Amino acid sequence: MGASAGWTADQPIVAIKDVHKSFGALKVLEGVTIDVAKGEVICIIGPSGSGKSTLLRCINALIPIDGGSIKVEGQEVRDPALDKLELRKKVGMVFQQYNLFPHKTALENVMMAPIHVLKQDRIEVETRAYALMAKVRLEGKEGSYPGELSGGQQQRVAIARSLAMNPDIMLFDEVTAALDPETVKEVLVTIRDLAEEGMTCLLVTHEMGFAREIADHIYFTDRGVIVEHGPPATFFTEASDPRTREFLSQIL
Amino acid sequence: MSGTRPTTDLAVLTPAADRLARAVEAERSGGGFALRLRARHGVWLGIAFLLAAGAAEAQIGPLPDQGVFATLWRWIPFLLKGFTLNLIISFGAMAIGTALGAVLGLAQISLLPPVRVGSWIATQFFRNSPWLVLLFAIMLLFPYEIRIGDAIIPIPDWVKAVIGFSLPIMANISEVVRGAVQSIPSGQWESAESLAFSRRQTLWMIILPQCIKRMIPPWMNWYAILTMATPLASILGVEEAVNLTQQALVAEDSRTELLAPFYLFLLIIFFLYCYPIARLTQRLERRFTVKN
Repeated sequence: MGASAGWTADQPIVAIKDVHKSFGALKVLEGVTIDVAKGEVICIIGPSGSGKSTLLRCINALIPIDGGSIKVEGQEVRDPALDKLELRKKVGMVFQQYNLFPHKTALENVMMAPIHVLKQDRIEVETRAYALMAKVRLEGKEGSYPGELSGGQQQRVAIARSLAMNPDIMLFDEVTAALDPETVKEVLVTIRDLAEEGMTCLLVTHEMGFAREIADHIYFTDRGVIVEHGPPATFFTEASDPRTREFLSQIL
Repeated sequence: MSGTRPTTDLAVLTPAADRLARAVEAERSGGGFALRLRARHGVWLGIAFLLAAGAAEAQIGPLPDQGVFATLWRWIPFLLKGFTLNLIISFGAMAIGTALGAVLGLAQISLLPPVRVGSWIATQFFRNSPWLVLLFAIMLLFPYEIRIGDAIIPIPDWVKAVIGFSLPIMANISEVVRGAVQSIPSGQWESAESLAFSRRQTLWMIILPQCIKRMIPPWMNWYAILTMATPLASILGVEEAVNLTQQALVAEDSRTELLAPFYLFLLIIFFLYCYPIARLTQRLERRFTVKN
């Protein structure tokens, strides 16, 4: 708690510096540096296995880093004294496979963490949960179980579930990769609404059109390093590195 | 990402690959082989009983009160009294085994290495010991009475049998619990962690509630196996169904023509009790696999 006291909103809300991570002999991240300002939307793109998802998991300490530094609101993630639960209250995360709790209804999924983790008042949380379900355009689905919802609907519940914690930062890990093409859009619209409200977002995505539309800054990673980055206006047209150009030519 | 599904390279097996994979999965999550009683087993038992009893009846001729059916009829209340003890032993051993097994299973997923390793060793030890050996060990290790102050509390043999049977049940339920927890996709842990749930909260509020459904079929399966194992206690002198059958046969001058009908009658009783459990287990299994 005290460690983040020095942080002010004009400093990067997430400061990733020279981060290294290996799984055994496999080097996944080899010196990644990204600064994210408050309210900024960052898209990370790149071929599969380039360490994008690992990087997101390092930010909320789901995966420990081997070298370098990640500061979230001034709080060093690598600090052994770090209160991981406090960190995770500030950082929401949405996964490719939704990972909703299948034994709970959509509304209960949204309500669980605020009630049991933040110890907030149940009635208050319920009111907010209904509002969040409306925000992700799922009015009327509050009582449905995840198994009864489509992929796109589940993913929107997952977004609402993360938002219920009132996070300062949202991480999206290929959230549309497992969806049917026709439901991708409803999820992207939800994320765009969030971005427009000023939520700080880090997205790992393969949706180039979407990245171009909403990102303030795009990072291209390959084999554990950032090859190239820039604002979308220049990134897509003026990419100079051959790896970036090759990737873009395959995907666009 | 999705559960690993064993497949086969043998083209002849591909039509059955899914079914086989499900069977393997069910057996693995059950922590052991699956018991499969079918209705035809009961029919065979019934036919065997009628044939054996009928043949014996024909041999001795029409002597009133000496007939196989008449003799068996006289002894049925006595035999059923024995079977009640089998049931009592099975209830007791299942209750104790489940309670201890749940604790041991949770210890097997502890983050503390000594707890994890210790519980793993205990689980493997009791899971791989012959039940009869465990029974003998408990019979010999336990005193036949406990003295508390002036009071002497006798421990009847059937209580020792309950304890003896509860040990392998404990170990197998421990494996059922561990298997069920491990069968929950890692994404559930990840998303709970990212919502700042503590490990304890994640386990009790998110993981275990999802495990209960998966544990019920293997749990019932172990109950049926246990029930069918309870006659082992007869070897140790517990007066359950098999022991009383032997007593009844001795009382009937050990007439050989009674042997087959009496034991087949016992088999039928056990079948009538275990078959509905097996059916219910299968129904639940099918329902849960479709849901997940």
